[in-house]
Amino acid sequence: MTARSRVPAIEGWFTLDEAEPKLIGTRGVDSGSYFWPPSLAVSANPNAPFEAREPVELSRTGRLWSYTTNHYAPPEPSVQTAPYTVCAVELEAEQIVVLGPLATEADPAQLRIGMPMELVLGPLYSDDEHEYVIYQWVPAPSIDGRIGPASGVEA
Amino acid sequence: MSGDRDLAVIGVGMHPWGKWGRNFVEYGVVAARAALDDAGITWPDVDFVAGGETVRNGYPGYVAGATFAQALGWQGARVASSYAACASGATALQSARAQILAGLCDVALVIGADTTPKGFLAPNKGERGDDPDWLRFRLLGATNPTYFALYARRRVELYGATRDDFAQVKVKNSLHGLENPNARYRKATAVADVLTSPLVADPLSLLDICATSDGAAAMIVTSMEWARAHGHADPVRIRGVSTVTPTYPNPVIEMPNFATDSAAGIGALPTHGFKSSIARAAYEEAGIGPEDLSCAEVYDLSTALELDWYEHIGLCEPGDAEGLLRSGATTLGGRVPVNPSGGLACFGEAVPAQAIAQVCELAWQLRGQAGARQVEGAQVGLSINQGLFGHGSCVIVSR
Repeated sequence: MTARSRVPAIEGWFTLDEAEPKLIGTRGVDSGSYFWPPSLAVSANPNAPFEAREPVELSRTGRLWSYTTNHYAPPEPSVQTAPYTVCAVELEAEQIVVLGPLATEADPAQLRIGMPMELVLGPLYSDDEHEYVIYQWVPAPSIDGRIGPASGVEA
Repeated sequence: MSGDRDLAVIGVGMHPWGKWGRNFVEYGVVAARAALDDAGITWPDVDFVAGGETVRNGYPGYVAGATFAQALGWQGARVASSYAACASGATALQSARAQILAGLCDVALVIGADTTPKGFLAPNKGERGDDPDWLRFRLLGATNPTYFALYARRRVELYGATRDDFAQVKVKNSLHGLENPNARYRKATAVADVLTSPLVADPLSLLDICATSDGAAAMIVTSMEWARAHGHADPVRIRGVSTVTPTYPNPVIEMPNFATDSAAGIGALPTHGFKSSIARAAYEEAGIGPEDLSCAEVYDLSTALELDWYEHIGLCEPGDAEGLLRSGATTLGGRVPVNPSGGLACFGEAVPAQAIAQVCELAWQLRGQAGARQVEGAQVGLSINQGLFGHGSCVIVSR
């Protein structure tokens, strides 16, 4: 049996760079606001609703805004098995909070709000031919001094 | 004081909440009949039907106004159906209000009913890779409680809230709903019951999170002029209805989104977050403030979310909700009881009916007809919730 090929679980949301994956967003050329994910009708800056948007790779590090571990199996069309952890990470330059799975190998007991996090790739599910890959967040204590503080937005 | 944009609520009614497993139209008919009887009018007196929609019950659920009009017997009334997720009921009320205040009709039935599946609310079936509500389940397993838990953990981090604080909300609401005949759960709950119930999405456990229920709520609203001409000298009045959307950039991650708005390139965040802005718009319309409230019905999808609402409706400053709860101010007998009905903790959520049910409870409170859960001397009430996809919902009523 041949090895399954790695393909993204969703097309165009992140790069497949194994060492340093990045989320692929867009930036409004007039407003400077960032938008992610790229393939859905997401929000617009109301001061420039019709501006052109250029593709841009987002920061691959940020600070943990919040997180939770789910202990029940989620309903269809979910593919996760419990327990699984979801993280919300705030990207400093983009001033945007992004939801994503915690990295498969990471320990949720180590998570603390405000800690530095880094983007990696990991498996979501597989079939006979493919392994479907998703972006994930992993704690990155070594970069703590190199990114700014969390913004402290209200709950 | 009476504003010239007030509506009269002359009748309210419900079908009890539960897990009855029957068609939602049946529940709606029961609630409509109760509201008509309560108003002392008959079905042909209604000239506008505003239905709160649901998207899980297939074709009839999408056209709620007409579905209920047909089930009650076609009599020519005009109709509208509103979909705004949890805010559908308030949006339906807003549609009836616009018709009445424009002078296009006098008497409207506002109605919502639901039959819910077991377990987590989930998106419709099919492969829909361009639908964020489908993708959040597929890619993240991000159920509704996942989002509730992200907010709850923010309270723990920012304000030192504890699981014990969250459990106290459930204890309070269980006490309030004990003798509410329309509530599904009528059983006292202890803090230990909550803390020992299975974790769903930490820090929230099963008893921190509301169930999904079958149920229906209806109300009859009229112009003030019509009410007075038909023997309702001092009806409960709708003073303000807020159905606002967020203001960019919304820095809070909202269901079913994968990301917040970006605040880059915008200068400063809005002064008020989305939830606060929902209440502010209703207060402004009503010309009253949080200090005037006798009671409030807030959307306790989770115990921790009830605490968020205390702050967003101005009962206290951010970070003070746990203290306000523990002071007893929001318990029956306190300064401003919150969820005297028992809230979603005792009802579970019947999505298109729930915002209407909140107003039904306020009407009973303001008429002094709430029995064992009566808020003494209630004069002003507020109901509030937030529907998926950016729907605000807040109604202010007074005598």
